[in-house]
Amino acid sequence: MASASSLPSAVLAEPIEQGNSLWRDAWLRLQKNKLAVFGLWALIVITVLCVAGPWLMRYGYEEQNLDLGASAPSGAHWLGTDTLGRDLLVRLLYGGRVSLAVGLCATFVALTIGVTYGAVAGFFGGKLDAVMMRAVDIMYSLPFAIFVILLMVFFGRNIILLFVAIGAVEWLTMARIVRSQVMAIKKMEFIEAARSLGFGRRRIIFRHILPNVLGPIIVYTTLTIPGVMLLEAFLSFLGLGVQPPMSSWGVLIKDGAEKMEEFPWLLVFPGAMFSLTLFSLNFLGDGLRDALDVRSSKD
Amino acid sequence: MLRFITSRFLQSLLALFLVITATFFMVRFVPGGPFTAEKAVTPEILKNLEAHYGLNKPLWRQYLDYLGSLARGDLGPSFKYPNRTVNEILGDKLPVSAELGAESLAVALVLGIGLGTLAAIRRNTWIDYVASGFGMTGISIPTFVVGPLLVLALAIKAGWFNASGWYTPADRVLPCLVLGLAYAAPISRLTRGGLLEILHQDFIRTARAKGASEFRVVTRHALRGGLLPVVSFLGPATAGILTGSFVIETIFQVPGVGREFVNSAFNRDYTLVLGTVILYAALIMALNLAVDVAQAWMNPKVRLE
Repeated sequence: MASASSLPSAVLAEPIEQGNSLWRDAWLRLQKNKLAVFGLWALIVITVLCVAGPWLMRYGYEEQNLDLGASAPSGAHWLGTDTLGRDLLVRLLYGGRVSLAVGLCATFVALTIGVTYGAVAGFFGGKLDAVMMRAVDIMYSLPFAIFVILLMVFFGRNIILLFVAIGAVEWLTMARIVRSQVMAIKKMEFIEAARSLGFGRRRIIFRHILPNVLGPIIVYTTLTIPGVMLLEAFLSFLGLGVQPPMSSWGVLIKDGAEKMEEFPWLLVFPGAMFSLTLFSLNFLGDGLRDALDVRSSKD
Repeated sequence: MLRFITSRFLQSLLALFLVITATFFMVRFVPGGPFTAEKAVTPEILKNLEAHYGLNKPLWRQYLDYLGSLARGDLGPSFKYPNRTVNEILGDKLPVSAELGAESLAVALVLGIGLGTLAAIRRNTWIDYVASGFGMTGISIPTFVVGPLLVLALAIKAGWFNASGWYTPADRVLPCLVLGLAYAAPISRLTRGGLLEILHQDFIRTARAKGASEFRVVTRHALRGGLLPVVSFLGPATAGILTGSFVIETIFQVPGVGREFVNSAFNRDYTLVLGTVILYAALIMALNLAVDVAQAWMNPKVRLE
């Protein structure tokens, strides 16, 4: 086995170097896309603000000032206050933490399920693949948003459940994409080489095939995050997502929509912040798709 | 073709059966029942209530009973609205939601295909940038932000429309526009992409060489193939419009199925929840089936797969 273990390192040395230049190419292409670069910077700024911002503020997110009530943007409260006198900027940044966290965690759940499922179906092929993908077809036609609503109503509005429920809905597309990529890659010679070296299936799938599917995975992960965040905000808007006094962008938009007649800033700022984030993610995702030259495949 | 339709139909039936079963058992295993909220209920009355609705039978018996009456098209009595059946309630609300959905879909298709086509034939001009910008905007700004903002601007400030309600034809404008815009955006992107791919192909050059007008080339030759991505998006889009109507019906106080569904879930009105889910699932599957057939008709490659 000594010779077998020395061989792969020599074999692997080259693809890694090529891979690097491939990624550098993609990075250069991405930098030429102004909208994608804008999206990337906007996301970095928004994330830093949401993570660090609440610590630097003078007010707490649940700190009420009932004497003040709702006030328009001013020097003391840059984005104004809500009807309980809570500072909107702090609540916005704090809500951003929750929204971004839901976006990332639920996407991670979707990513894990989708990639594993798609890789297994694509790698083993045959009957197993037919059954697994037929199941995905069937699940595609189910009214999943309805089930998420039922879950949230019936089993309490628990944030962990929210991650899992949303993630369980959003993995289907990822599974399809990974499967079709894996099917194409598993026929290539370097996989045959790995097989003839006696590597196990798990090692071949995770060490040899999946790294080569990384491009499409990154692109669709970026494009899944906005979908997930929308679903969270949608649930929160219906009163089923994140519960007060915690806030998320969906919660703030819901509150704002209820009071917009008298206090329009309560709707405008959260709406703008949320939309800007979704814009940035979509721009970045589109840019990545072009830069990594991922063809949008239907199945 | 017939084999294709039959196999898809059977697949839909199986999926529908799974939905019914999953929902039936999910609502039963949920903490809290439909009568727990009513404090005045004594144990005897509760027993009578449960006997009346058949809730005292074993679970598998209830399940079979439900399937039996479902086969006869009976969705059972509502637990929360005494003396009303789920069929009556849904019969009241469905026309409203159907109208909202159909009009929104019409807005989405007309706007989306129109803008997408314009963007494709005037590629890389300001028209393309405006249309593509619209596409990105529509995807990134959710309905529950656009809706309230339009209400604020056009109803409250300008006073052109009522802020909510569903009485006059003018009341239809804002809800259908907001819901339609959300789906016009992806449709315009798909149309643009699909058309651009087709417009490069040889048969288009042939049509042009034969002297067909640009209008004819696009409408007669390119759109049929160029709209394939749009057709396959119609399944998810109608499903999205259905669930999107939850938000729209809440914002605009439209008395449709969506609002009823969320309420019935809160009320633990088992039969109404089940009935609504079955209705939605059947609707979505019927539409998906129609989309599959349309796709097979438009694109022979799908039939052979």
